[in-house]
Formats: sequence, C-alpha cells, structure tokens
Amino acid sequence: MSPSVPQATAAPGPAGTAARLDALRGPVPPRSHDARTIAALTVNPGCSRRAVLDAAGVDKRKLAERIGFPARYGQSPFAITRGLAFEKQVKADNCAALLELLRAEPLRFDVPEHEYVDLGVEPEADPAAPVNLDRAARYERTRQAFARVAAGEPLLADHPLLRLDVGGRTAYVEPDVVALSARPADASASAPARLYVAEVKSFAVIDGQADPAKVGAAATQAAVYVLALRRLFTELGVDPAIVADDVLLICPTDFANKPSAHLLDVRRQIAAVERQLARLPRIGALIADLDPAVDFDLAVDPPEAKGEPGREHRSAVELTKSLTMIEARYAPECVTNCEMAFHCRSEARAAGAADALGRSVRDALGGIESLSEALEIADGTAGAGSGQHEAARLLRAAARAYDEALRVAPRAAGGSEADG
Amino acid sequence: MSTLTALARARAARGGRAVPITAVRHVHVSDEPLVVIPLMQAGEAAAPLAVMAGTDRDAPTLLVVAQPRNRDQRFEFLTAFAELLVPYIDARRQHTETVEATKNHEEWERCTDAPQLILPNPGGVEALRLLGRSARFRTVDGPYPVDARVPLLGRYLTWFADDRAPMPGSSVCLALTSVLAQHWATGQSALEDQHLPALLSWIDPPDGMSGAAAALLAEDPDAVPPAGPATDPAFDTGVLAPLVRAQEEARAADDMRAVAKAEEELRAALAAQLEPTWETVWRGIDVLRAMPAAASDELRWQVDRGRFTDFMTGIEDGAPPQPKRPSAVAAARRLADLESAQQSYDRTQAIDDPLVLARYRVGGEAFAGRITFVDAERQEIKGKRAWPRPLVVMQTQDEVILRPGVKLASPARVNQTVRLLAVRPAEAGGFEVELELQSGMGRGKTPEAGSVPAVGEERCYATFLAEQRGTRPELPDADQTPWTHGGPPWPHVARAEDQAEEWR
Ligand code: SF4
Repeated sequence: MSPSVPQATAAPGPAGTAARLDALRGPVPPRSHDARTIAALTVNPGCSRRAVLDAAGVDKRKLAERIGFPARYGQSPFAITRGLAFEKQVKADNCAALLELLRAEPLRFDVPEHEYVDLGVEPEADPAAPVNLDRAARYERTRQAFARVAAGEPLLADHPLLRLDVGGRTAYVEPDVVALSARPADASASAPARLYVAEVKSFAVIDGQADPAKVGAAATQAAVYVLALRRLFTELGVDPAIVADDVLLICPTDFANKPSAHLLDVRRQIAAVERQLARLPRIGALIADLDPAVDFDLAVDPPEAKGEPGREHRSAVELTKSLTMIEARYAPECVTNCEMAFHCRSEARAAGAADALGRSVRDALGGIESLSEALEIADGTAGAGSGQHEAARLLRAAARAYDEALRVAPRAAGGSEADG
Repeated sequence: MSTLTALARARAARGGRAVPITAVRHVHVSDEPLVVIPLMQAGEAAAPLAVMAGTDRDAPTLLVVAQPRNRDQRFEFLTAFAELLVPYIDARRQHTETVEATKNHEEWERCTDAPQLILPNPGGVEALRLLGRSARFRTVDGPYPVDARVPLLGRYLTWFADDRAPMPGSSVCLALTSVLAQHWATGQSALEDQHLPALLSWIDPPDGMSGAAAALLAEDPDAVPPAGPATDPAFDTGVLAPLVRAQEEARAADDMRAVAKAEEELRAALAAQLEPTWETVWRGIDVLRAMPAAASDELRWQVDRGRFTDFMTGIEDGAPPQPKRPSAVAAARRLADLESAQQSYDRTQAIDDPLVLARYRVGGEAFAGRITFVDAERQEIKGKRAWPRPLVVMQTQDEVILRPGVKLASPARVNQTVRLLAVRPAEAGGFEVELELQSGMGRGKTPEAGSVPAVGEERCYATFLAEQRGTRPELPDADQTPWTHGGPPWPHVARAEDQAEEWR
C-alpha cells in the first residue's frame, strides 16, 4: 500500500470512506459497474452486502469462486454469435437500416439526414482496427460529439461511451447504440427534435409479442443509458429533457432476421434506477461500524517456486467470515442478479430464513423472518411476540385446518358430479 | 400465497422433504401420455435442436437437427416430428360415444379418448407454441414447399400449447413442474421449483437422502443436464459448438463420411443431455399416478375429449389455421372462457379436496365444524304456502368473520343454499353458528330424507360455493364484430406473405 493512502482507521468523511473501500478490496484493480450491474441494483435494492462489495469494487464473481460458491452465469456461444450478427446487420452502412426503420411505419418519425460518427474508433485510425478501448479518450470524443448535438447538429453516434457516478465510483456504460434526433409522427413541426437511445437486442418479437422478462431487462438497461446521457447534457449546460423518455428497441421480427423498431416508455425504470443511485452514497454509514479486520482482499502473491500455488492473501474461511459481518438481504431473485447468490442462499437456508423461500412466503407467514419461529407459533409451542398476534392467529388457523383436512377423506373419484 | 401453503412450505423446509398441499390429483393422467422434451438453440426464436418423445418409457424417439440454422433440416425435422405426433393423435379418435341432444346442442359424437402431451416445464410448452406458430402457415406449394404434414403439425402444436395449455382444468398439454408444484409444497422458492430435477428431488428423493440435499445435487448442470428447452451454456461452448463446426467443415469439404461421423457424435451428445430428463419426466408421471384422481377428473377430461373432437372436426371441415392474432371478439370470448374455466376449476378443486378447502377456511371464506342442533320441522309461510326452512346450529373452532345474511354451501351438498342467521362466541371456545337451509330439499312441504344434516355430522360451509356460477358475457357472433373493433375478421386464407415467411 502506498504511503499516501490513509489507513482504514482514517477519520470519517469522503476521503476516509474512499480509503476504507480501497482497503476492503485490497491491492487489486477495482471492478466497476456496467449497465447490467446497475440495472441489477433495482432488483434487490436493500442489500447492504452487495452495496459494500460494489462500492469497494470487489470482483464478486471471483469472490464467490474463492469461497466455493461459483456463480452459474454464462452465455451460449450461439446466442453471442447471433447477437453480434444482428447488431452488425442493423448498423451496416452507417446504420442506414436503423434510420429507415424509424421513418417507416409504424413509427413514421421525422428524421433528418444524420452525420454518422463512430465514437469507438479514433478519427484517423485504420477502420479495420478493433474498437479502441481507451475509455477516457472515448468518453472525451463522446462528450465533444454531444456538444455538437446540443448545438443542433443531427449526429448519429455509434459506440458512445457514457459515464455515471455509482456510489462515488465512476462507471462507464456503453449503449450498443446510438442517439439520434428525431421527431415523433404526432409532434407538431415546431416541436424540438429529441434524442433517442436505441438498443439492439436479438430476441425475436413474434406477432407483436416478445418475452416480457427480456423486454423488461432491456428497458432497465436502456434507462441506465438515458440517465447517463442526461447527466452528460446537464454537464454540458443543456436541458437534459432533450433525451426522450422513450427508447427504441430494435429486434428481429417473427422468425426472420428482419429488424423492427419498437418504442418503449422507460420512465418507470429511469425513476427506479435514479432512486437506487441516490441511496448509494449512504455507503459511508454502512462501512463506518465495520470491524477493521473485515476485507475482501482477493490478491494472490506469485508462487515462490515454479509449480507451487500462489499465496492467497485471504483464505476462503477468512473471506466467508468477512462476508458474514455485512448484512445481506437474500431473495430468490438474487440467483439471476448477483454473483454472491449461492453463498447467500446457503447462509439464508442454514439460518432458516423465510426469505429463502421468497418474499410471498414470508408475507404469507405474517412477515415472520424465521421459519422455525413461524412453525413454533403455528404449532402452539411458542407464543406470539408483540405485533405478531394477527400472524399468530392465521398461522394457528392454518396449522389446524391443514391437520384436520388430512384426516378428512376426499370426495370419492368416480362419484356423481353433484356440481353438474 | 395462502397462509396454509406458506406454512406447508415452512414445514417442508424443516423436514427436508416436500409436503402435499392437495389430497387428490387435480389433473388427468392419460393411460398413454406422449412425453415431449424439446431442446432449442440459444439465441434463436424457434430453432429446434432436438426433441425426445414417445409413449414408451423404454423406447424414446430422438429427433435431431444437425445444423439448426439450416432451413431444409428444420423442415425435415418438423416432418419427422409430424410422423410421430400425427399417428398418436389419430389413434385417440378411433372410438366415439354418442352425446345426447340438449337444449342448446344436437346429438353428436365425442371421441372416447384425447391426446395428452407432457412437457418438463412451461418453457417446453412455449417452445412447442413457437414451433407451432412457425409451421402452421407453411404450404405444400409456393416458394418454400413443405410436406403436407408440416402445416398440420403446426396446427396441432398450436392447439396443444396455445389453445389448451393455458386453459385452467385442461390436461391435454401439461407442464410437469407446474403440475407438481400445484400438488406439493417444497422447502425451496417458487423460482427454484421451476427446475424439474430439483423439484422432483424434494418430492421423491433417492433412498437415504433428504429432498433438500438431493435438490442441491440436481441443480448442478454438470451432474444433471437442465430439462430444457435451453441447453446448459457450458454444454453449448464445450460440446455442441465444436460438433456443429466439425459437421459444417465436413460438409464444406464434401467429406460425407466425416459428415456422418460428426452427425452421429452430435446425436449422441444430445441424447446424453436428454436421457436424464426423459427418466425424470417419467418419474414425475409415476408420482402423479400414485395420487388418487379427483372426483371431477372424469368430467374435466370429458371436456378435453369434447374439445379435441371439435378441433379435429374443424380440421376435417377445412377450417383455416389459427390466426396470428385473434379478432377483438375472439379475444374477448377467449378471456371470458379462461375466466369461467378458472372459476369452475377452483370450485371443483375445493369441493373434491379437503386440503384445498382448508385454504379457504384460513382466509375466512369458509368454516368447518360439528352440527350440534337441528330443527328439521322449521318452516316459513310465504303467501298460502309453507316452505321448509330447517334450522341448523354448528360449533366451529374457525374464526367466523362472515355477516348474517350471507349465502353458503357445503361440498357435501353443493346445490343446497344455506343462509347464515347468527354467529356468537361459544362457551367452550370457538363459535356457534346458526344456519337456515333454503333449498336442495326436494319439492315437498317437508325436507326429503337425507337432505338435512344430522346432529354430530362434520360439515364445512363456504361462501364461494354458493356464489352464482360465472356467466359468460353476451358477445356478438364473429361475423357481426362491430367495426369499432376492427370489423369482421377475414377468414384466414394462407397468403403468399405467410407462405414465404422467412425462417432462418
Ligand atoms: S446475493 Fe447476497 S449479496 Fe447479492 S444481492 Fe443477494 S443477498 Fe445481497
């Protein structure tokens, strides 16, 4: 650790918080949020554990692996290939197909001629070269491009790179896409053109319907882009309302590759993401009382001799112990949204937490958090605590009705249907 | 979720084993179901990879598409699927029974059997729906001619997966995870219950193992392949993609021997992914068969048989394929049908099954107890006639929150309406409920024998059993759809655009 970095015990305040977060992560580069992980914040917002791990930039996937609960995410190579091919098709010829879609039925947008700028590539770079990865430079190019857009130039921005402050840490997000200025068909001619974020997704829209879960995920991600774009315009001194509340979802139609454009209102998602981002700064309070011994240092020192394993700064046991010091709020939905899910699930199950069975079960148990407590109240072996009387009455009624019903013979099969 | 179901889940979690939430089976299980396990290629709308199907547990048929993105191979696959499904369906309509004429319907012939497809999960049903949609508008001529059985297969699959599967109480197309979860509460979440091997582990764990432990093992995709329709991404990366590539390269090099070898390997790999699920699905069917069938099972299956007969008659009479989107009236009619089917399914389940009825008791919509007093002579004089209005007093431990005046009925005698007269706390705890019998006692001045409950009898009374059965809103006939709702629907004729519809 460099001497200029204050120790973990530094005074509270932004600098102290930042230092403590760095110490929590240990000497490895921080992982930053992307649109997917920011979108995931809206799924289980109340979890302190994830908030701390994210704020500290801990690589959650690696952490989960190290403690023996690897996440099971993965994308099929077939899906990846298909997604890339479709995006390429939509963006071919400087996104000609995309502009055509907006002008055609059913959107009939009034779209002026656009200048196409690929912000992923340096102006004088070889067009065959891979997308430039220097984020700062790309962000700067994006900023300049949007300054021109703010001045009224119609610009089609491909591969823009936007920034969003997430819990004091800068996250970069990359709309697949493109912001274009257009005027909806029903707007009056004098209405200002707005900027639209377009999101290219390769799931199919069949007979006007798509998988609601996929549409929902796309909408939340697109909301992150809208938000980031609005922040940029605010920085540029331009009214952020220039960015439309609707986003364009570009998907294949039916069973063909033919793209179609769908307008999606993401106001609700924007509000949800904003709410989550606004809550995050309280991270200082979350870590203030944390034992100084807690950290998630995933660094591994190189082995002393060839062929030997490297020395891990922290053992699986130590890492697990650190995790238990920060409160989690497990819900079954975590499995598809957070890399720590299998660890948190096993913890919740071991503790007999009603949450492991899902929010609806916990609610139906009258909000009682512990399964064994609910069962004891139901069986009459434990009394109800204060505020639990209604829950206790229902639980006891349920236990009695269930046990009685087990003794009653069901209506005989093959009997006459009295109900006609 | 009802408190009772939540409690059952909590008990299952404590015991490490699923707990029944029904006493009987509320779906029909055919003597010869057709098990269908589809696998679809990731990232594509409806690109089948393989289907394992059959009625014989020991002899499944495996159909494989060696190159899922090749149109010809897809149609070959669909033809082969049709060769399997069509004879199965035809065999169900060999025999008919005569249904006597009623007020609204003339005499007709109903098939004595109906087909039944069993899929591992709702995703499998959705895969069939998409396959049906992609196949039913194909034609035997035009730019992309297909075998005549392909559009027929499309219409069958649409009927199973789109028309019947969402219909409450229908058993012709079942998603096994949903059916099992309808009958059992596990100690895991509803989300995890969607994983067939895990769910079945809770219900029927291997000897010497708890359901919880078995479910944990079953979740590992390396040990137990997922039940589809999506394959494990690791399998796609490590096995499928290299085999597909090898096969494509062999084809490009025109090396037919290598093509055959690669296809054989692909087939073997997909068989290995499907076989464990095949066995699991049949185990699930065993579990269902071991439960006694609900009393209404026969009647519900009769409705399925009737619908099946109608559908087949429609096809023979040259009805067009199901439209892509229903007309406004058809959609409204469909919604009303779904709603009334749900009502009647809820109702019959509660009547047939004390465990289902128990949920309503906890919710305050029903109460159960013992009859302590009966005045069978009680009458009400209306005009010049006296009507039997027996008085019944019941003792219950359930908290009765219902108001005097509500109508009730008991599963023991569903057509007898009963009015709640008074409720008062009983000295011995619980409540004393005064009831008046209002109907279901025959036409005489005194009640028919056996129509009045006896002292000491256990009874349960519920409000929703006395409610008026749902009546369908009046809807105009299809050809009179008001223009405000899009005008009369055009009879669907296969249009050139449908036939030529691209299918990558
Ligand atoms: S998996 Fe664990 S850390 Fe992640 S959000 Fe859920 S409870 Fe929090």
